[in-house]
Amino acid sequence: MSTLLSVDHVTKRFGAVTAVDAVSLDVKENEFFALLGPSGSGKTTVLRMLAGFEIPEEGRILLDGKDISRVPPNRRPVNLMFQSYALFPHMTVAGNIAYGLEVEGLPRPEITSRVGEIMEITELAPFARRKPDQLSGGQRQRVALARALVKRPRLLLLDEPLGALDKKLRAAMQLELKRLQHDVGITFVIVTHDQEEALVMADRVAILQDGRLVQCGTPHEVYEHPANRFTANFIGVMNFFDENGRTVAIRPERLRVFAEGTERRIEGTVIATAYHGLDLQLHVRTDLSSEPFVVRLTAEAADRRPVAEGDTIPIGWNTSDTRIFTD
Amino acid sequence: MPAEVVRVIPQKTRSTVLMVPALAWLTALMVVPCGLILALAFFRRGIYGGIEYTFTLENFALLLDPLYAGIFLTSARIAGLATLIAVVVGYAAAYAIAAAPRNRQPILLFFAILPFWSNYLIRTYAWIVLLNREGLITQGLRLLGYEGEPPSMLYTEGAVIVGLVYNYLPFVILACYAPLSRLNPELAEASSDLGASAFTTFRRVILPMTIPGIAAGAVFVFVLSIGNFITPALLGGGRFQMIGNLVYAQFLTANDWPFGAALSMALIAIMLGLLTLQAMVAEKTAGETREQSDG
Ligand SMILES: Nc1ncnc2c1ncn2[C@@H]1O[C@H](COP(=O)(O)OP(=O)(O)O)[C@@H](O)[C@H]1O
Ligand SMILES: [Mg+2]
Repeated sequence: MSTLLSVDHVTKRFGAVTAVDAVSLDVKENEFFALLGPSGSGKTTVLRMLAGFEIPEEGRILLDGKDISRVPPNRRPVNLMFQSYALFPHMTVAGNIAYGLEVEGLPRPEITSRVGEIMEITELAPFARRKPDQLSGGQRQRVALARALVKRPRLLLLDEPLGALDKKLRAAMQLELKRLQHDVGITFVIVTHDQEEALVMADRVAILQDGRLVQCGTPHEVYEHPANRFTANFIGVMNFFDENGRTVAIRPERLRVFAEGTERRIEGTVIATAYHGLDLQLHVRTDLSSEPFVVRLTAEAADRRPVAEGDTIPIGWNTSDTRIFTD
Repeated sequence: MPAEVVRVIPQKTRSTVLMVPALAWLTALMVVPCGLILALAFFRRGIYGGIEYTFTLENFALLLDPLYAGIFLTSARIAGLATLIAVVVGYAAAYAIAAAPRNRQPILLFFAILPFWSNYLIRTYAWIVLLNREGLITQGLRLLGYEGEPPSMLYTEGAVIVGLVYNYLPFVILACYAPLSRLNPELAEASSDLGASAFTTFRRVILPMTIPGIAAGAVFVFVLSIGNFITPALLGGGRFQMIGNLVYAQFLTANDWPFGAALSMALIAIMLGLLTLQAMVAEKTAGETREQSDG
């Protein structure tokens, strides 16, 4: 796959705040790419620079090899789906979707057919004549998506597209968005602060912290080989303890309760148990760290050997499953 | 009244009760006098200026007389021009204020409205000082080396329009600022993102969403201008009679109260028509531009 977008040492400051600090990343054609980071890490600012609303102080943004960092938003083959959706309240659903094609000056029949087609794909046809304030949150989200998609951009930017939806709808929409991206064949760059969402949807994930790029890779890479302690902690759940002046980290699912056949073994007290669907999550206090260890126990294993709060149990692991951090 | 008592009174009764003082005030000071004036318009003028209590429609017929109809048209033209200029200038000013940094907007608004806190007559006299044959403008021109005849500016239709625009501009700025400042800036960005030029964004997104403010400001200026009699008297020098001056003259100099009443009624009818229209525009756009809950 060829590179569609290159962000090359881009820096953006707001007064004393460096919102984006020398970030470089490449996005490939047809990729579903996620920018992940906590609130304030510079995700929106990166997206706004890609859309053309902010001009980087340093660095270049290349789309198809051409520097677009100073091209105004209305002349970029890039569309942004706003976090607030920013639907035009005085226009109908169909009017909102047609707007971008009308200002492009396309002939009416073409506009009608493209708007109709995208409304079918996004299941908005029954609401064509409604105004945005007559729609549910999920419907509005689809209008915002349809309005951007109908332009057939080279690159579609989505700023926390599922942020305003409730949890159940969100899970459904994650898969829906991924399917849609595959069907339309447009490159997506999505911003989210929800690590689970990024891992579920994206082909590759870039992790930002305080405006800097910490790590970029496939969900598997960033989960199994986090570049630093921050990423390890931010993505999924991670247990940390200090040993010989180093920070050692291990995922809950790599810890074995009762330590059968493991290289390392310690005793701990179960201080809390919680059900997470099929799994039981244990919090085990040990001498190794001040924070209790989070350990996963499958329902099946818990049935075989029940564990209750207050029990003292052995936990164990293999050193090959640990990560060492020096920062 | 203790809180519990307030709570036990049904909502509807409560709001009716609370409206009573205002309604009583309006009835006593607006509805009753207007009713009296309306009644007056159907009587005949007495020979010596009194009122002869015989029913007639002649006063209304006289409104159609070319002389008076002409004054209506002149007034409408002057008020219309004043409205147009005030709306263009006021909208631009409101736009600039709404685009300024948030923390500087209150002070800018304060300055825009400042003239409004001084007396109407004083403000109008100030224009006489400016526009006079040997007024400040002429003197300014002389300083710049102008030698010819002083320009005649005072006592022209232009002077009347300038005076009206000046006096009512603050209302337009306020009326347009309200919807402009409430506009989500992301809407303009979304428009640009979808490929629209700045002008298209203004025409298709910003303008339609701020029409209620424009309508409110415009109706305000027009209604107050068409009935105004001070500005045409002072800045028009009596040469440009507007309906307001005519009404004034009927009641105070010509002593023809019934015709004065008919003129007033025509004026009130125009105002009510425009205010209704404006309310309809506001009603229609209110539904469309309602702020969205999540964002
Ligand atoms: N227009 C702006 N003016 C000043 N500071 C800004 C502006 N936009 C963003 N910032 C600052 O830049 C940093 C990154 O913000 P943002 O890109 O919105 O982060 P995120 O989307 O990851 O939450 C924050 O510290 C934020 O306060
Ligand atoms: Mg953000």
